[in-house]
Amino acid sequence: MTPAISAAGLTRRYRGQLALDHVSLDIEPGSITGLLGRNGAGKTTFMRIVAGHEFASAGRVTVLGASPVENETVLRQMVFVREDQSYPDLRVRQVVQAASWFYPNWSHDLADALLGEFNLPLNRKVKKLSRGMRSAVGNVIGLAARAEVTLFDEPYAGLDPVSRQLFYDRLLAEYAEHPRTVLLSTHLIDEAAGLFERVVVIDRGRIVLNTAADDLRGAATSVSGPAIAVAEFTAGRPVWDRRRIATQESAVVAGTLDETDRARAAALHLHLEPLTLQQVVVQVAGAPAASPQERTSA
Amino acid sequence: MAGLDEGAPLFVQIAGRLADEIADGGLAEGGQVPSTNELAAYYRINPATAAKGIAMLADDGLVEKRRGIGMFVAAGARARLLAERRKRFAERYVEPLVAEAGRLGIDTDGLVALIRESSNGQGGTTI
Repeated sequence: MTPAISAAGLTRRYRGQLALDHVSLDIEPGSITGLLGRNGAGKTTFMRIVAGHEFASAGRVTVLGASPVENETVLRQMVFVREDQSYPDLRVRQVVQAASWFYPNWSHDLADALLGEFNLPLNRKVKKLSRGMRSAVGNVIGLAARAEVTLFDEPYAGLDPVSRQLFYDRLLAEYAEHPRTVLLSTHLIDEAAGLFERVVVIDRGRIVLNTAADDLRGAATSVSGPAIAVAEFTAGRPVWDRRRIATQESAVVAGTLDETDRARAAALHLHLEPLTLQQVVVQVAGAPAASPQERTSA
Repeated sequence: MAGLDEGAPLFVQIAGRLADEIADGGLAEGGQVPSTNELAAYYRINPATAAKGIAMLADDGLVEKRRGIGMFVAAGARARLLAERRKRFAERYVEPLVAEAGRLGIDTDGLVALIRESSNGQGGTTI
């Protein structure tokens, strides 16, 4: 099967700085992939090159088997919704209409339904919308386009939790009825975790993790309790992180735990908690991404 | 994700939830299992994940496919699940209970008395 998106040795340099460093990645058609990583990791650069908005310094990318650059056939089958998308000086209705002309699979019914659900004022100029409402316009276009390759780059900046939930629910329903290839970058990882079939983590321009989302659940466990017991339990195991307060210790153990491990932990009075996808990503994407307050209180 | 937060992979959890419903009789034998898309929408998960959960039950013979209609609970599924649970009851509940009681200095007679008390409190029948 031809991958929906295929990158080989993709490299992008900005004034000597490497935004993408030999990224090779195949994304299978008919899947939802989470593209995760810290700010400046290279997520947006990767999507911009895939969308044909930017050139690679080296390497190549194909979308649906062809280069996306100046390729109308490919571009009409691909929608790219980015954070803080700028729109021409038009009203909401006109922006959506223009999009409907471009995408051959456009669903007017879906667009109308979504415009209503997001409470978007059709006659207001897009420039006059709040940040969240502008994001909602992007979501409407990204979903209603029903494009074979759908790229969402932080698609809900400024959107309230109710609207984000609406976006997730609509994305899943649409994907179920009209399968397509979705690549979604987000910082709200735990919120979106259930959507992903695959997870790709980029750090400093390199892919540091590319795996089935299922494999990440239970891939690491937080073990906490009396420091002596934690030390005994974690001996000989890979430990990602260790924190201590008085006689209590909390350690993150990589690898899955079996029944014997669990029984042993129970006997040692240790508390086990699986890491969430977000916590796993924080561990693999280099330095902690937590805010200063969270780190000092830890 | 509607309350799915244990460590197991999501599809295993989906299979577990459905098995629980079959064992409790909520999903009757011969009854139709929710579709992949219904499960995906309800649990807010990827449809492929939901499909893997159902496939797991199908591999165990607990649900079966009727071509063109969907998945249905297999005959005898409930009895099989209940038998399995009875088998695992001791290791899952009794052994940890006895171990913790031992740590707290509760002897066997004390433990039996507590169980009897709790059983009466819940209006349970005497064993």
